[in-house]
Amino acid sequence: MDFTKINHIHLDILREIGNIGAGHAATALSTMLNKAVDMKVPSVKVISFEEITEMVGGSENIVASVFLRIVGDAPGCMFFMLPIEQAEKLLGDLLGGEVVQLTEGLHSEMTISALQEVGNILSGSYLTSFSDFTGLSLQPSVPATSIDMAGAILSFGLLEISAVSDFAIVIDTAFTDIKRLDEVKGHFFLLPDPESFAKIFNALGVPMDE
Amino acid sequence: MSEIIKVGIADINLVSPPDTIRTTGLGSCVGVILYDDGKRIAGMAHVMLPESALIKSSSINIGKFADTAVNALYDMLIKKGAAAKGIKAKIAGGAQMFQFSSGSEMMRIGPRNVESVKLHLNHLGIPLIASDVGGNSGRTIEFNPLNSQLIIKTVNKGTKII
Repeated sequence: MDFTKINHIHLDILREIGNIGAGHAATALSTMLNKAVDMKVPSVKVISFEEITEMVGGSENIVASVFLRIVGDAPGCMFFMLPIEQAEKLLGDLLGGEVVQLTEGLHSEMTISALQEVGNILSGSYLTSFSDFTGLSLQPSVPATSIDMAGAILSFGLLEISAVSDFAIVIDTAFTDIKRLDEVKGHFFLLPDPESFAKIFNALGVPMDE
Repeated sequence: MSEIIKVGIADINLVSPPDTIRTTGLGSCVGVILYDDGKRIAGMAHVMLPESALIKSSSINIGKFADTAVNALYDMLIKKGAAAKGIKAKIAGGAQMFQFSSGSEMMRIGPRNVESVKLHLNHLGIPLIASDVGGNSGRTIEFNPLNSQLIIKTVNKGTKII
């Protein structure tokens, strides 16, 4: 993966993918919760492995996450990640006001199933719009969940990239409660595999070598 | 004042008392500690992948791969004055953070990292004194070269010392 071939136009394209994808996912989340959910302007960064975990509050920060592999024309990894207390609130709302606890092994099968379903719907709507936008055929794998340290979770998504690079391009979209815009509720991370970038840019008519 | 030396992901570093050495959020990665408890020096690597041989990149980050990291740590300790026969190892990590029904090779990366670290320790004749590997929890580890204790923290299973 040669990052020097990526210019600001390419980064804008990736940002737009985040914008459209996460926009659809935020709408879906908003519908599920029956309240307004807003999102920040996606950030696209070429960052070191160390920096990626800083984006979610540090390597040891405990998060609830849904992970899935994107298979098809432009493979990659996708994460939907929430701070633990936000996930408890979100799942509590979805389960009809139930008090949900995710830590210390207190979570029920129902809670995990709900988390998985939320992740499934959100990442599915993200991926569908990504696919529509680029015309690439992309399918999600069955999602998997984990409630653990952010570093331990995110590093899993870096494995494909780590075989060829010490840096990753991350398309990160943070979403917020519309009433408290400063408060970040969670993140969508899109981590395309190294060979996927050329395919994405080609599909959108801006090849990497020009 | 003692300090905590940090080891980032795919990183490698050395420590001597009174400092301790630490890496956070090990998932499928393996934390490898080599130490000489006679000379009281130690090193830690945060290994991501089993083998560097499969990598086509021209510059290799030695801390990233089990084979290069184990060898580099060994060389670094010898250079620091460790006795080759006194070097021992402790390891932790190699979890499977996500459970999938389809068992692709990447999903088994944790166990593969552990196997590869053990293999390369064996090549160098380094005894593995203690390990805490596998499972599906992330780990944060801290090694104290003064007493050769490795403290392991997990989210759901508390703290243990090996």
